[in-house]
Amino acid sequence: MLTYAARRVLYSIPVILVASFLLFAAVRATFDPTARLAQSRDPQVQQRERERLGLTDPILVQYGDWLKGAVHGDLGQSSASREDVSAMISRSMGNTLQLIVIGALVSAVIAIGIGVYSAVRQYSALDYVFTGLSYIGVAMPPFWFGLLAIEFFVVQHRWLLSVGLHTGDSTSFDLDYVKHLVLPVATLCVQIIASWSRYERASMLDALSADYVRTARAKGVPRRKVILKHALRNALIPFVTVVALDFGALFGGLIITENIFAIGGMGRLFYNAILVGDVYVVQAWMIIVAVFIIMFNLLADLIYGVLDPRIRLS
Amino acid sequence: MEEGPVSIELEPAAPGSGKWTGALLEVRDLSVTFQSDDGPVHAVSSISFDLEDNETLGIVGESGSGKSVTSMAILGLLPRQAMVTGSVKLRGRELVGLSDRAMQPVRGKSVAMVFQDALTALNPVYTVGNQIGEAIKVHDDVSDQELRDRVRNLLEIVGIPNPAERADQYPHEYSGGMRQRAMIAMSIANEPEVLIADEPTTALDVTIQAQVLEVLERIQDRTKSSIILITHDLGVVAGVADRVLVMYAGRQVELATVDELFYNPRHPYARGLLASLPRVDGRRDARLNRIIGQPPSLIAIPSGCAFHPRCNDAKLPSPCQTDRPELREIAVGHLSACHFAEDLPKLSTSDLAADESSEDGSVG
Amino acid sequence: MRTEGNIGGVEPSPLGSPVGAEPMSTLSIAEPEPVPRSQWQLFRRRFLRHRLAVAGGLVLILLIVVCFGAKYFAFYDKNQQNLLLGPTSPSKEHWMGTDEIGRDTMTEILYAGQISLKIGLAVALVSTVVGTVIGAMAGYFGRFMDQLLMRFTDLFLVVPAIAVLAIAIKFFHDTPFDQTTVIIFVLAGLGWMYIARVVRGQVLSLKEKEFVEAARASGASSARIIFRHILPNCIGPILVNATLSIAAAIVTESTLSFLGFGVQPPATSWGNMLSAAEGNYNQNTHLLYFPGIMILLTVLCVNFFGDGLRDGFDPQAKH
Repeated sequence: MLTYAARRVLYSIPVILVASFLLFAAVRATFDPTARLAQSRDPQVQQRERERLGLTDPILVQYGDWLKGAVHGDLGQSSASREDVSAMISRSMGNTLQLIVIGALVSAVIAIGIGVYSAVRQYSALDYVFTGLSYIGVAMPPFWFGLLAIEFFVVQHRWLLSVGLHTGDSTSFDLDYVKHLVLPVATLCVQIIASWSRYERASMLDALSADYVRTARAKGVPRRKVILKHALRNALIPFVTVVALDFGALFGGLIITENIFAIGGMGRLFYNAILVGDVYVVQAWMIIVAVFIIMFNLLADLIYGVLDPRIRLS
Repeated sequence: MEEGPVSIELEPAAPGSGKWTGALLEVRDLSVTFQSDDGPVHAVSSISFDLEDNETLGIVGESGSGKSVTSMAILGLLPRQAMVTGSVKLRGRELVGLSDRAMQPVRGKSVAMVFQDALTALNPVYTVGNQIGEAIKVHDDVSDQELRDRVRNLLEIVGIPNPAERADQYPHEYSGGMRQRAMIAMSIANEPEVLIADEPTTALDVTIQAQVLEVLERIQDRTKSSIILITHDLGVVAGVADRVLVMYAGRQVELATVDELFYNPRHPYARGLLASLPRVDGRRDARLNRIIGQPPSLIAIPSGCAFHPRCNDAKLPSPCQTDRPELREIAVGHLSACHFAEDLPKLSTSDLAADESSEDGSVG
Repeated sequence: MRTEGNIGGVEPSPLGSPVGAEPMSTLSIAEPEPVPRSQWQLFRRRFLRHRLAVAGGLVLILLIVVCFGAKYFAFYDKNQQNLLLGPTSPSKEHWMGTDEIGRDTMTEILYAGQISLKIGLAVALVSTVVGTVIGAMAGYFGRFMDQLLMRFTDLFLVVPAIAVLAIAIKFFHDTPFDQTTVIIFVLAGLGWMYIARVVRGQVLSLKEKEFVEAARASGASSARIIFRHILPNCIGPILVNATLSIAAAIVTESTLSFLGFGVQPPATSWGNMLSAAEGNYNQNTHLLYFPGIMILLTVLCVNFFGDGLRDGFDPQAKH
């Protein structure tokens, strides 16, 4: 297991380097940090600024400089607010991680629950209900779900809250926090739960019709244990892969969710940066999010290894 | 509908009472039907047989002939959509219609199964020892230490070297033959009265096949259990079975002792199977006889005798295409479902196959 | 831009265990047996059995006709304002109500649908054509092309699609193309990869088949083998994924437009209608409901239709 884990970690390093370079180059090609100086009366001003920022160097050199800074925690300054990008990001990351981690866990638990139930009780009334809901969940734009949820739960019934994660300056994890958290997490997860539950249902059906499940039943293993020990354990293996693939979508969903619910996190940071063309923020954002997604993928890989001895031992 | 040598018990003994005097396992009129988009699939139609103590019964037929479905029906392992009718009695206790929960104490304890492909039949994510141990634990309350000892002992019985280490390995770390042995070890964990082996050697090399069969025989000597050996391989049956049941298109076409069947087959299908075996003493240039055509679709089983479209001796249209032949006793302990069972010519010695040595006498 | 509707395709047959239920070819004569059916007949039968797919297809056609024929079907003119009327709830005159400046919501929705549907259909078309060609080449020629495709698509797994799209649209912002064209090509620029991977997988397995060997042995060119022999055999998966990518494109467009990165006012799509309606809580909620319902309805119909296609093409799938 240890060598397996070490190998996975080593593999992810070149992926991070290549991905971050390409993202760096792509963002640089799109945004010009000196764009606002273009109207300047003295054309030299923009040129001098370009030289000061090192924009005249080859892109690879620029990337090298940026990477050197990044390793030391220096991600440059926001071209809009002149604030340190690293400070902006670390301020936003807290809220975002709460949403992502809670969202991923909630989604996985609900999707597995629904998937297992629907597979075990295939063609039951509740299975049809879940299938119908999953069709709607997949087809519904999450932002619309968020708007409807605010309209119903906050405006009409005042059961939940829809601005930020806390009331006032509070930072405690209390009922107020939960009331803030429910809707953003639901908005972030609704589509993912719908698609994961369908996937889990399918892989659970596969597992239930597998030969080893028949063997377990032939041994006299009670039904409940056949489902949980034999079928579910195997059905989780492909499920983990799908979960890993969707981390990108989760981060993308943050841009929508944090925007609707006015949560100061990474999604909102990106949204604002794009609007004003804040190149250093966008650049750092893309690369840091990519690193996070790769790390979540790595985690999924390791879980995969734990679940499947064939992978771990090969 | 069968008038075999079987006597219908008037008073089945109470379940569990030790006074049962009938056969160990009595199967009567067992039928299995599935619904499909194209209509009902008659996977098994009215199968009846007895299994005596310490007996080995071979069930032979092509794939799709219903032999595996029969065994699954005995243990109640078919999917819910399957309609199972008829009766299966284990020491007088009816098994058909029992709930899943009520069947659990029977499965793996009184009746155990060995499946065909041990690679898929063993759970890939648990160690072999864990899976064998589970078979013990669900029926027996044992300490961890005792469990370990018993698992090791079982692996030793089936001839797996270094059983203590091997118990902690996963199925994919085993070779094909070893997996099958582990499968057998699992099935005999509770010394079952009936062991159903469904194509236990099909996926294996010929030499490994012989070893696995040898293990089965050794176990039978030890535990005195009865074995139902399901196979498409007449060579396997010849070597180990006492009696043979031949199935075709979900129906029983012949039931006889192994010697009777091999030397005096009374159904054209069984004769065809025998004639298709390669002969060890045969001339090099002799061509194998084979049964022409394909097994029928179970959705559209031919009228009359299901075998008539492929039968060389069929009298068409009547009776073979019009009347379904009943299974009847044509000699003591020899049943056949052919209109002309008695009239078939005796198999000439040149038609006869070499029995024990015909490892590749497969018909599927 | 993973097409969410595409997963969960593996449903084992309800019979579970092999029971030999598959109709086998028999040499027997004069037996009642299932009539042999052609590929097309089998497809049609399986597809039509899928009632939701048929209904989905019909509703979809209706939507396309009504939206693109809005000139003839809408009760009011596009952008016809009635400031005195202002926002009203659904009524006999205005089935979906009116907005702040008294425009008929239904009329606006039909015209907005033109852009949403146009983007959905065009993205599916472009990404399917591009994805099929690249996927087929990667699968057929292997090696370098294949590695390039796989690594390139891997790369897009580590960045949120919506962020890449937002940046890409920004990138083309100052080009002379009109915004709809930019959105179509940017969405297709990400969407082709998914189809390429699907086609690649199909081609990889098909190119080992005997009929391809035979074509090669008889001296057919690579292009001919790909287009005449291999691709016609993966038409099923291609069509299914093309359909599902319509749905994905419509949802993605609406999301981008909602965020303000996509279709810009005064042009309207269902997504930016919702953007305009955000905050209309408690009053004028109809402005919040109807554009979303249109997206939901369209995507549902497309997904049902795609599911029907998949079932029709895949003999393994049963219900």
